[in-house]
This record gives sequence, structure tokens and C-alpha cells, in this order.
Amino acid sequence: MTDDPLLSVRGLKKHYPVTEGLLAREVERVRAVDGVDFDLRPGETLGLVGESGCGKSTVAATTLRLEEPTGGEIRFDGDDVTAYEGDDLKRFRRRAQLVFQDPNATFDPRMTVGEAVGEPLLIHGMGDPDRRRAIVEDLLERVGLSADDADRYPHAFSGGQKQRIALARSLALDPDLLVADEPVSGLDVSVQASVLELMADLQETFDLSILFISHDMSVVREFCDRIAVMYLGEIVERGPIDAVLDDPAHPYTRALVEAIPDLGTDEGPPPEPLSGDVPDPADPPAGCRFRTRCPVVIPPEDLDLDRETWRAVYDLRLALERDSLDREALEERVGTTDDALRDGVRKAFDVPAELADPVAESTLAAALDALASGDGDAAAARLEGTFASPCERHEPTPVGVDRERDAACLRLEDRVDGEAD
Amino acid sequence: MTGDALLSVEDLTVEFDTPGGTIRAVEEVSFEVGSGETVCLVGESGSGKTVAGETLTRLVPTPPGEIVGGTVRFDGRDLTSIDERELRSIRGNRIAHVFQNPQNALDPAYTVGDQVAETIELHEDAPDARERAVELLDRVDLPRPATAAGKYPHELSGGVKQRVVIATALAADPDLLVADEPTTALDVITQAQILRLLADLQAERDLSVLFVTHDLGVVSEVADRVVVVYAGRVMERGPTEAVLEDPAHPYTRALLASLPGRGESMTPLQGSFPDPVDRPSGCLFHPRCPHAVDECREAVPTEHDASRYLHEERSAACVYYGEGYDAAELEGDTAGPEGDAPQPNAAPADPDDAVEPDRDVPGPDDGGGDRGDATPEPDVGAVDSDGDRP
Repeated sequence: MTDDPLLSVRGLKKHYPVTEGLLAREVERVRAVDGVDFDLRPGETLGLVGESGCGKSTVAATTLRLEEPTGGEIRFDGDDVTAYEGDDLKRFRRRAQLVFQDPNATFDPRMTVGEAVGEPLLIHGMGDPDRRRAIVEDLLERVGLSADDADRYPHAFSGGQKQRIALARSLALDPDLLVADEPVSGLDVSVQASVLELMADLQETFDLSILFISHDMSVVREFCDRIAVMYLGEIVERGPIDAVLDDPAHPYTRALVEAIPDLGTDEGPPPEPLSGDVPDPADPPAGCRFRTRCPVVIPPEDLDLDRETWRAVYDLRLALERDSLDREALEERVGTTDDALRDGVRKAFDVPAELADPVAESTLAAALDALASGDGDAAAARLEGTFASPCERHEPTPVGVDRERDAACLRLEDRVDGEAD
Repeated sequence: MTGDALLSVEDLTVEFDTPGGTIRAVEEVSFEVGSGETVCLVGESGSGKTVAGETLTRLVPTPPGEIVGGTVRFDGRDLTSIDERELRSIRGNRIAHVFQNPQNALDPAYTVGDQVAETIELHEDAPDARERAVELLDRVDLPRPATAAGKYPHELSGGVKQRVVIATALAADPDLLVADEPTTALDVITQAQILRLLADLQAERDLSVLFVTHDLGVVSEVADRVVVVYAGRVMERGPTEAVLEDPAHPYTRALLASLPGRGESMTPLQGSFPDPVDRPSGCLFHPRCPHAVDECREAVPTEHDASRYLHEERSAACVYYGEGYDAAELEGDTAGPEGDAPQPNAAPADPDDAVEPDRDVPGPDDGGGDRGDATPEPDVGAVDSDGDRP
């Protein structure tokens, strides 16, 4: 790390308050981005990946101050971007540009391509139409179109061509930073390849740093130097692209990588995908946010249960907490008597008829009694004490995995502690 | 072609009448889907794959669409010639469709439980439709199905909505499911969940599936056999693994070489997608093919048996697999014409253009290189299109 980063983000937060009533009382806040750190070095491409709703586009918008961050620090070339106002902000926006996913929504249909590409120049004070025209023509040629295309309207171009025009416009002010939000996700595979190739060329020619936001791991692997993986507003792992994707350290990264359909190079059925959806960002799980879906969530030490059994009870508990146990459907299947319901719940969650650990068994039995008497919350509360995972008590902090790579997972912290002992 | 497949499409040709001229979206396409089998139609935007899938049950509106040739034999009947009433007993009932965007397939004004129940009632007299709807929602792994049944589509995530659409498609216990990019709009983990669900349902119900997609990764996960289409014509067909690992047709090779992130160097496809109203003569791929010879420009290549080169069941519509040519010459070079010397048939320098600029053809499948939400493909917005909702 010899270069100073061009962009350095620390503790970035963006919360959206959800208000209710006449006085706009805040009832909850959606923590779209909740403490994100990353660096982008000159000439480098950083891929920001994650499922939809993980906050990656919000990171893009707040980094460019298109939305005001709720908290944190954004340093661009050493300066604090959050403190910019007026001319400073305008100057920053000249140096940092954004390209969006949908090239069809990017352009005003009544503006010629030349006007659209030249508009940033006009806004930033280049009044001379001839000079603007010359720059526009040069840019269009650089992105693989012809100078004559300046007089055409956006509708005459295909999706791939429009994305080329969007790139030309983003480069009109000779920026240092390009934030590309899913720039090739709307394009066909073969077109994707040519736009990615163009972006790589332009990056070299213009010496651009690129923050590349995508949900497509193959595209990120092709195009990026480093990667940061987001889950529910936080970065769970970051590091050099090949290291992270070849041997993910965080269970979420592993799940993402395993979910990519590959071209049949490996034999056998694909691994079981993660279950469930991303939790509500207004009410993220305590401790590790991924623990509700994590296939390797850590069992408590004081219980004498095998992993599978503990996991089954943990899943039951999560279902009770989310209130997602379908009592009606269950009763329909097993009958309405308390005994039938207790057995039915055990069966539905693959929990054995009796747990080996006596403490665990008595807690579970009490919880099922509570459930049978109709109090799901009490059942969840009973289970919470005995079947709590360390993952929900400790919020994981990023731990160095290997060179330039870190991941936020309690399993890694344990390993580091173990090694230190 | 054994002739006793559940679905047997032969020489299907579909045209669209547009202000810009007649567009041939599907040309002499043949394929079969056997019982319990998954066949993939794979191609880019504009390849005609969606139109081919929708034409099976005549979902393509006429006009502008028209089946100008070929047959669609399903369980012994030719669906291109039966009347609308008879077709309605098949569409939704025996052949169900699942589309890319679950949002368009669900009615925002009805609860999802009502929509699934309505589909059940449309196909049979079922007093217990509501309970069966909940069972179906449970089967497609909707969390808390009885409660979820009372929700409106906007209250559900994209993945959950697609599960509802699948439940609706299964309501009448069909024999064939036509799944058109069912996971394209979804996140990678949700996609994996839905693909797993489809595979489980297929095994459980002995469903036949025609899977339409542009995503070769998805193809490799789901398909037994694959049919590669380009600009409306079949380029290559064979067992999935074989086609993806050892493609025969220059187009399939070029398409695979253009995939990002495979460790090998990514090579974009040269040239541009053919203009749908002014298609190339001969082989539709010849303007972009690094191996094109005179014959490619002159005559449409027939499908040749390519198994003598590839040691497995395969056919490819390429002259190199025919008499007097040696397909071994296709090896290696997928990068385009050698050197910088312009090929006589090289495509214009347009890097990725599909339609000639200036000519905005509102085609059914305009090949504009778009997909995702801005898909130009005709959108028949209901899973079960014989039940027009109010």
C-alpha cells in the first residue's frame, strides 16, 4: 500500500427514518448503510457486491454526496467530502462521476447524443459550442461510436451503445473517480463483454479509479482488482479479487460464490442455497447480522448437542422470533391437540423427540408447552436463554485473514485468539 | 427425433408484421421435449427464444405475430391448428408458463391466495380451492403460507413473488412448464433457491420443462439438453454438458468466449447482431464468423450431425460439419479474423449494435441488447393467460 487512497471511506452510515403521523414521528429507521469502510487507490477498481437491498447503491449515492450521509467520513484526495459546500462540492462532482444500470433511463429522449454528452461541459462553464462539439466528437470516437452520432437521438441506439454514450458523458469532465452502478447488468452477455472491454481501455487512458457496484460475481471477477462484499448495510469481507472468490473467508461470501451457476466444470448437485430472505434493515439481527441465515452459526459451548440438532432448534427459535411459524397450516396437518402440536413442531423442524442434553430438553419442552398454549413469544423467549449462539452476543469486527484481506466473522476472531494464546 | 416426445416442434416459423417491415422472429426451429426432461432454449435478446416458447400455446398476439409454418405437436395434437377453445383446455392446464418478471404475472389488486385459488377454479370445479392454494404456497416454500395467502403482491419480495407465480403455474398440475428467464430478475442466492425448487418440483411431478434463458450458467445447472438459437434459427443442439464444454458451432464458441470471469481471457463477440428486417443471406451468423466461406453467404446451412468430430450426440448448423469440409479447421480461433486484414464479409465497425441507427424497429424482439426490466420482448403478463383478470 504505497499509494495514498484516492477515496477513503470510514464508518459511512446512511439511515432512512420511517415516520408516521402528522408530527412525522420517527417510528423506525432503515439502516441501509451502517458503518462501511473502504479505500480506493488511484487507477484501481474496487467491486462492491451483495444481494439487492444490501445497501451497495446507497454507498454509491452517499459517497458522491447525491444523498447526505447520516454519519462517517468520506475523504477524496485527502479532503473531507462531507464538509464540501458550494464551489468545492461542484469541483468534487466534476472529478467524481456516476454511470447507472439502465442506459434507457439515463438520457433525455429530446436531447441529441451530442447535447447529452456535452451537457456536463456546459454546466461546468464551457460556453463555447465549437469547443464542446470537438470534445464530444472525440469522446464518442473513444467509446467506439462515430462523431456523426452526436446529431442522433438516444432512441436510435441499442442498449450497449447507449451505455457507451453514458460512459462518454461521464468522461466529459475528465474525472478521477468513476462510480459505476451495475453498468452492464442490463446488457446481453456478448454486449457485456465489449462494454467491459471498453471500460478497461478507458480506465487506462483516463487513469480512472472505479468503484464498481454489481451483483454479478463473474463480471466483478473479470473487471475488478479488489472486492468488498456487503450484507445488510455492512461489509463482511474485503480483499484482492482472486483471494476472496477462490477461497472465501466469510460464510456469506462463500454462499454467494456457491450460488453462482457455473458451466458444469464440477460434478454433482450444487450445494444447498442459503434459505430465506435478507432480514429487514430496519430491524437487523443483534450481533452478527448474517447469523439468521448462516450455515455455520456457532452453537453455544455449554450444551451437549450435536451440531445438526442444535441447528434444528435454532431454526425453530428463529421461526418463533420472526413469528413465521404457520400454526394454522401445522394444525391442519397434525391436528389441534397439544401433544400432536408439540410432536408436529419437532417433526417440522427435524428436532428429535427427545434431546440428549437434559437442560436443553427441559427448556425445549417448556417452550413447546408455551407454544401449545398459544404464546409464541414466551416460547421464543424461553429458547433464547438456553439456545443462544455466541454469534448473537458479539458483533464481529473485521479480522485480518491474509495479506490485504479481512472479514468480519466470529469464527475468524476465535481462530486469531486461539493463535495468540 | 424419436417422434413420441411429449412436445415436438417442427420447422416452426413465426413472423411479425411491423411498420419497419416483416420480422422473422423464429425460423424453421425444431426441438423436442420428452417426459420429465428439461430442454433449454438458449440465446441472446433477439434470438427468438421467447417467441418460440410463447408460440407453443399461441400466446403471441395475432396480429402482429403469425405462425407462418411448422407444427407444434403436444401429446399427439398439433397446437397450431386446433381451435381456441380446444387450445384453452391445454394452455395453463397442461402447458403452464412462468415468465421473467413475477410483478407482471400477478394482479396487484388481489391477494396471492385468491390468485392461486382462481387458477385452480378455472381449470376444475374445486370447492376446496382456497385450501389447495395454501397447500401449493406451502409446497413452493413460502414462509407461513396461510398468512402469506392473504397478502398482496406488493407486500412480497421478488423471489417470493416468483414462488407464487410457480404455485399458480402448478395449480392445474401441468405436464409441461415453459419457464422463460424465471430467475433473471432475481439475486444470485434467490436464483439458486428458485432453481432448486424447480428441480425438486420437476422430479416430484415428473414435469417436462422448456427452459428459456440467455444465461449459460443457469443452463448448465438445469438442462438435460440444450438448443442454441441465434437470430431465430437453431445453431447447435446436444446434451448440455457436452455443448458447454466442447461447443461445435462457431457461434456457441464465440458466446462462451465472451463470458466474463471464467479465468480465460474474455473475448467479446465481433460485429453486430443482424438487423431483424434486413437479415444476412445464408448462415445468419456468417457476418460475425471468423471462419465464414463463400458457401456460408450463399446458402442456409442445414443441421449436420457433428458427432463424428465430437464423439457424442450433437448437431450443428454449420457447413464445416458437412460434406467436403473439415470441422477441425474451426479449432482455436474464436477471436475474429486473423490480423487486421478486413474480411470481405466482416461486419461494420459497430461494436455492439443490434439495430441500424436511425431505424427504430419496434420489433417483437428487437435485439437491442437489452434485458432485465427493460426487456423488449413481448410481455404476455399472465401465467395463465386464458384467465383474463378484470
